[in-house]
Amino acid sequence: MLRYLTKRLGYYAALLIAAVFLAYAISASALQPRTYFDAKVPRPSAESVEHQLTSLNLNDRTPVLVRFGHWTGGLLHGDLGRTIHDTPVSDDFGRRVWVSLRLMLLGSLLGMLLGVAAGAWSAVRQYRISDRLLTVLSFVLLSTPVFLVALFLKNGAIAAKDAAGHEVVPFTGYETPGLTGGLGAHLADWALHLLLPTVSLALGGLATYSRYQRGTMLDVLGSDYLRTAEAKGLTRRRALLKHGLRTAVIPMSTMFAYSFLGIFTGAIFTETIFGWHGMGEWLIQSINEQDVNSVVAINLFTAVVVLASGFLADTLHAALDPRVRS
Amino acid sequence: MTAVAAEPTDPDSPVGRADPADPTGRPRATGRGRLVLARLLAARGAVAGAVLILLLFALAFGGPYLTPWDYAAPDFSALHQPPSAEHWFGTNGVGQDVFAQTVRGLQKSLIIGLLVALFSTVLASVVGACAGYFGGWADRALMFLVDLLLVFPSFLIITIVSSRLKSAGWIAFVLLLALFNWMITARVVRSMTLSLREREFVRAARFMGVRPLRIISRHILPNVASFLIIDATIAVGGAVMSETALSYFGFGVKAPDVSLGTLLAAGTSEAPVFPWMFYFAAGLLVLFVLAVNLVGDGLRDALDPTAGGAPRRSRRSPRSRRSWRKQK
Amino acid sequence: MTTAVETPLLAVRDLRVDFVGPHGPVPAVRGVDLTLRRGETLGIVGESGSGKSVTALSVLGLLPGTARVGGSVRLDGRELVGLPGRELAAIRGRRVAMVFQDPLSAFTPVYRIGDQIAEAVRVHQPVDRATARRRAAELLDLVGIPAPDRALDSFPHEFSGGMRQRAMIAMAIANEPDILLADEPTTALDVTIQAQVLDVLRTAREETGAALVLVSHDLGVIAGAADRVAVMYAGRVVETAGVDELFAAPRHPYTLGLIGALPRLDGHGGPLVPIPGAPAPMSELPPGCPFAARCPLVEERCSAAEPALSGEDGHRAACVRSAELAGRRPAPSEVYPVPELPPGPSGGDRAGRAPVLSVSGLGKTFPLLKGTVFKRKVGEVYAVDGVELDLREGETLGLVGESGSGKSTTLFELLKLGAPETGRIELLGHDTARLTRAEAQRLRAELQIVFQDPMASLDPRMPVGDIVAEPLRAQRAPREEIARRVPELLRQVGLDPEHAARYPHQFSGGQRQRISIARALAVRPKLLVLDEPVSALDVSIQAGVLNLLQQLKAELGLSYLFVSHDLSVIRHLADRVSVMYLGRTVEQGEVSAVFDHPRHPYTRALLSAVPLPDPAAERARDRILLAGDPPSPTERRTGCAFRTRCPLYAGLRDTAARELCERERPTLDDRAGVDHGLEVDHGAACHHPQ
Repeated sequence: MLRYLTKRLGYYAALLIAAVFLAYAISASALQPRTYFDAKVPRPSAESVEHQLTSLNLNDRTPVLVRFGHWTGGLLHGDLGRTIHDTPVSDDFGRRVWVSLRLMLLGSLLGMLLGVAAGAWSAVRQYRISDRLLTVLSFVLLSTPVFLVALFLKNGAIAAKDAAGHEVVPFTGYETPGLTGGLGAHLADWALHLLLPTVSLALGGLATYSRYQRGTMLDVLGSDYLRTAEAKGLTRRRALLKHGLRTAVIPMSTMFAYSFLGIFTGAIFTETIFGWHGMGEWLIQSINEQDVNSVVAINLFTAVVVLASGFLADTLHAALDPRVRS
Repeated sequence: MTAVAAEPTDPDSPVGRADPADPTGRPRATGRGRLVLARLLAARGAVAGAVLILLLFALAFGGPYLTPWDYAAPDFSALHQPPSAEHWFGTNGVGQDVFAQTVRGLQKSLIIGLLVALFSTVLASVVGACAGYFGGWADRALMFLVDLLLVFPSFLIITIVSSRLKSAGWIAFVLLLALFNWMITARVVRSMTLSLREREFVRAARFMGVRPLRIISRHILPNVASFLIIDATIAVGGAVMSETALSYFGFGVKAPDVSLGTLLAAGTSEAPVFPWMFYFAAGLLVLFVLAVNLVGDGLRDALDPTAGGAPRRSRRSPRSRRSWRKQK
Repeated sequence: MTTAVETPLLAVRDLRVDFVGPHGPVPAVRGVDLTLRRGETLGIVGESGSGKSVTALSVLGLLPGTARVGGSVRLDGRELVGLPGRELAAIRGRRVAMVFQDPLSAFTPVYRIGDQIAEAVRVHQPVDRATARRRAAELLDLVGIPAPDRALDSFPHEFSGGMRQRAMIAMAIANEPDILLADEPTTALDVTIQAQVLDVLRTAREETGAALVLVSHDLGVIAGAADRVAVMYAGRVVETAGVDELFAAPRHPYTLGLIGALPRLDGHGGPLVPIPGAPAPMSELPPGCPFAARCPLVEERCSAAEPALSGEDGHRAACVRSAELAGRRPAPSEVYPVPELPPGPSGGDRAGRAPVLSVSGLGKTFPLLKGTVFKRKVGEVYAVDGVELDLREGETLGLVGESGSGKSTTLFELLKLGAPETGRIELLGHDTARLTRAEAQRLRAELQIVFQDPMASLDPRMPVGDIVAEPLRAQRAPREEIARRVPELLRQVGLDPEHAARYPHQFSGGQRQRISIARALAVRPKLLVLDEPVSALDVSIQAGVLNLLQQLKAELGLSYLFVSHDLSVIRHLADRVSVMYLGRTVEQGEVSAVFDHPRHPYTRALLSAVPLPDPAAERARDRILLAGDPPSPTERRTGCAFRTRCPLYAGLRDTAARELCERERPTLDDRAGVDHGLEVDHGAACHHPQ
């Protein structure tokens, strides 16, 4: 198992290097920091633009490979370069990364757990009312883009506020500014702010996982080993839980690896919509400002998160399925 | 019932008559196409979805002829008007007719969705089938490419690149969406090809001296066709969702073009006060994707002989992997 | 019928099972009566779709949710049909236990074998974990699994097929049940392993005193193991009797046909009689006797009503003419029309005929890969390691071996038409290592293949006409020739040329195999490679295809390389036979010489493991049981590869003789006929041949 995982890790490292280079090449050639400076009022002199671009490692007259070399050199010392406003990228990064991770982890875990449970339940009750209800619900959720879910929730919260005369559920930011009180008060405040973004993120996951889990569970329901378990004298319920569900969750680990792609995209939307100052909002902002170094840093973050979740999925798969280990 | 009288043994060619063409005399010539259609019609969801899609297409392409208003021309006498007999979906802040806009946006979104699904499915089937059939280095290189493109959410790359494509218009946007939407499908096609390659009818063709590209086009692709049809159907929905999301954030369709995404973006901030600017577009979007998903699901049940309907516990066949899409 | 008021252990009365489908219910079992007494073995035999497995499963209520069960199943007088799940669970595994067909899918893949057996113990007995585990080890020991303590911690996929089936039996007898239901317990296994498992089943019965219901499609297995037999057709029992009585004097034409359609290892029984037609689909059974459409003895009254099971002395048959059959006792060939088969190749001067295929010292290794996602090479598999073949014009060479013996690899090496890794292949006078691409493409037309599974070997998306035309197209035949050939070929294999536009799924299994044969014949090959061509077919269909092959061979002057694991079929069809073990040819020669006087200990064991459809002969036979499974082909042992399981080697007292087996690899001796004083072509690769 260890050898298997080491091998996977090697592959992921190769992917990471290739991916980061790709991201750098795309960002550095697609974005045009020069236009940002040219558009400044008052317009700076040509030399000063040139000078600033070079000092920020953004000068499009330097070949991309050379710029990438500079950037990699810095990265090896833990330096992510400087933003277009000449502040360290790592400052922004450090501030925003936890905001986003908090949301992404909670959203994906919640979506997965609820989705798996709902899917398994749905499969066992195939074609009954509860299955049909869950199916309809998941279809509607699958057909609604995350940003729309977030907007619906936000509009709902606004309507609730208007109706009640005060804010029922917070729908902007991740904390109440200037909140006084102890740790408990802060935690409660955080949790309350997390509610809507997490739910909008989790709902999509819930729908996908539940459809997929329902499918694998239905496969398992017709399996020979489930019949064996019943032939041994296990009641249907126990056979389902112990032999059926246990085997049917294995494919979910693969799903988990892919789902982080969606979660990240979803997080970009929810953050922007709920006014969170996280990675997603940063991405949109820095693309609009042609801020190459920040964009690359966000790409680096995504790549690491996606590959880490891939590795986690492999570990999970190997832990769940003895056939992979040998 | 000719069944009982069927085929008394023919003493002249006993071997040839060992199993007569049709032991029951039943006309078994019902084609596969008809079978699939029959199963599809039996699924109420799929039928509802198909009808809905037709209606939405009719609305998107016929709608502009129903209203005197142009989607771009403002009516300064009616700003922020709620739905009325004159402006069916109301008007926006500069007095443009929301119905004309929504219909126009729907049109663009549907075209984009269809084209993206078409391009990405073709790309995925070619790459997947070649990687799976030829194996070796071609396979490894292509799969590394797939993994590489999967490291980043397509949204991320498209937003970065699209800022450069300001002038190229929506066709470039379509290509971009297709370019980042084929990888998972290609993977599934590849793994299906891998198992098809070991199937005896493909081996038989190889041993007969049939050339590889012909095997791919005559044997492999027809046998993954049902998966591709299902996948392409669902991809239409996925593409429309991607398009609206990107356009919503200003990275997709840009003025003067309108799509459901741009309409939603324009309507968001005013949604609590002027809901007609937001909810018509949002509703049509959800309705369309839902219809597409319903049809896709119905197709899957109809095309996949192992899914449902099989009364007997059959030998476990490698069931075509249920497709699923990443959430957008 | 005994008149004593003894309640049978298990009484099935008028059992009916329907499966609810999209087009209404489809019957699977239509009124089955069975009686099982304490300690006896009841064999249920039937072809696929006859309802035999469904009958067995419905006893324990293990059918899927779409099944509707009617009638009565009484265990010791207690009704089981309709019993609530909890009460049924208390009976399952405790009083009635099951052994399933495919032991790989029947074990939960993620749990250890030991835990799964211990679970069966703990469901019904109030013992702690450690006790249950000890009991599991005892059970594994009982069924003959070596090192049971270690085996407890294995996962199902780490076991071989035979080991898994033993473990399955161990699990079934964990609670000493009164009844064992075995549903095709040896179907997926090789003959030598089948013999082992049947032996284990016998041991298990002796150990627990349980009665056994043995469901099988194999008349040989039933003949050897059962006390009484029920023959099923179209969801009903059509005949039931004591095993000797049933085989000696069948009273239902279907039973008679089954016996006549089965090729026999001992060469007795005469020509094969095919039962015409195929079973009607259960969803559209005709009124009256369901067998009437295929029956040679059909009369007007057969279509009027379905005959009831009747008869005396416990021998009952559901046929209006059973009394006549009981009185006349005809041989199958007297009832069924026997095809006239042209004679085989003129015997005698074999050396005078042109060689079609000669293979010497063929070897092929595969890299041994580990890991499912990321493969890495950790060694080599010696899949083929010294194969010798010699096939002359007009001959049929049978290639026999169990799974893993390298039969398929050998075939693929032949069909590749390229240079073999080691050794030499000569096809119709061409050394395949020296072929140019164009020559190889031309030679492909001379060599065609028919695969095992007719469903898998025909592209489901192609009309049959295109399938048959494919090799012609690959050889770039002109369009008019294709248009002319296709109907001709379909007629040649006994199909209606009108059906060229249909798709494979619209044909029955036997017809599909005929399509495969037509495709192979399209380019007029000289050599046909037949890879298990009938093993996916039911017995009654199989006979027709075998007869067709014999007829075509004579008409077209073909040579066959006939690969099969079924020795009876080889005996019936082949002129010469070549036996493989672990990638090597261990014995070859003229069929009757090899089958009647096997010289290699492996061949002897193989032959003794094949069950005969003749209860008396079956009981009288000595069985040579081989120990364990074939060793892994990843290790290339010095000396004889069969040594690890060889009863002869195990019995050798002479150290020098033993060392010879360990040190030196035996080669095929071509001491033609020295042993019997006749000029017979027969060689064995053994240091101490008989």
